[in-house]
Amino acid sequence: MKARVTVTLKSGVLDPQGKAIEGALRSLGIQGVASVRQGKVFDIEIEGGDPKKAEALLNEAADKLLANTVIENYRVEVIG
Amino acid sequence: MKAAVLVFPGINRERDMARTLKLTSGHEPAMVWHAEHELPAGTDLVVVPGGFSYGDYLRCGAIAARSPVMDAVRKFAAGGGLVLGVCNGFQILCESGLLPGVLMRNENLRFICRDVFLKVERSDTPFTRGYNAGQVIRVPVAHGEGNYIADGETIARLEGEGRVIFRYSSPDGMIDPDWNHNGAINAIAGIVNDRGNVLGMMPHPENHVEAEIGSTDGRGLFAGLAEALKKAA
Repeated sequence: MKARVTVTLKSGVLDPQGKAIEGALRSLGIQGVASVRQGKVFDIEIEGGDPKKAEALLNEAADKLLANTVIENYRVEVIG
Repeated sequence: MKAAVLVFPGINRERDMARTLKLTSGHEPAMVWHAEHELPAGTDLVVVPGGFSYGDYLRCGAIAARSPVMDAVRKFAAGGGLVLGVCNGFQILCESGLLPGVLMRNENLRFICRDVFLKVERSDTPFTRGYNAGQVIRVPVAHGEGNYIADGETIARLEGEGRVIFRYSSPDGMIDPDWNHNGAINAIAGIVNDRGNVLGMMPHPENHVEAEIGSTDGRGLFAGLAEALKKAA
């Protein structure tokens, strides 16, 4: 089963990397970008076929390692 | 002093640290590999050194913080044992939950490698008894992610409980954005946990302990620790 965990910075947390990317987009002449926030995507292959179990496992993985919940939020999706 | 220096893959400051501990206490520290489940018997100080554990993959210190030896360090700290984390060691202590907050990318996005000035806020801790409160010391930093932040409530608690031990300052001890090179909130360079037995700091006091280097300002931290541990023994 395929799954995806998306980790993003909480709003209000300064993101210097996002700011630098924002500046680079502007210098490339790409118009209309109001702001950029950088995050992370983890594509994970899950053993077995129980989506409920998979979701529980992914939440545990995100809480324990993939995200630092002091500054980051995460979203878990079981793609199937 | 019976110090244990933790060694993770990608750490590169552990030998500087071991050399300084030997020089200032007269005792050779034990080097403890990350896969160990226990600290050597009689350990009275755990040092988490600087470097780039696991290549800074995922987040600085994130993977090292979940290694087996850190469970032993958590137990040691819960029993009141002294723990010092420097640079990547500070990041590892934050990621492991032993210290609050997180170290973000430096505000100016650059890796900063140079001497900085630190104001020592308190002298009544085992880590700073070798200094006077308000004293300014010059020590080097070398980091890309040293910009300390935590939520407002945590910062208020750290400040209210006097748990900010070192701040980036001017040479005469002024706290000024111009001297806060990485953008850390309230110019925080080092903090202790609520019990006061775990210290994390971004600068490297272990690199300023010999006159040949040009400064011995870091020596007070280690000499003070050695004295505190001798008293406790």
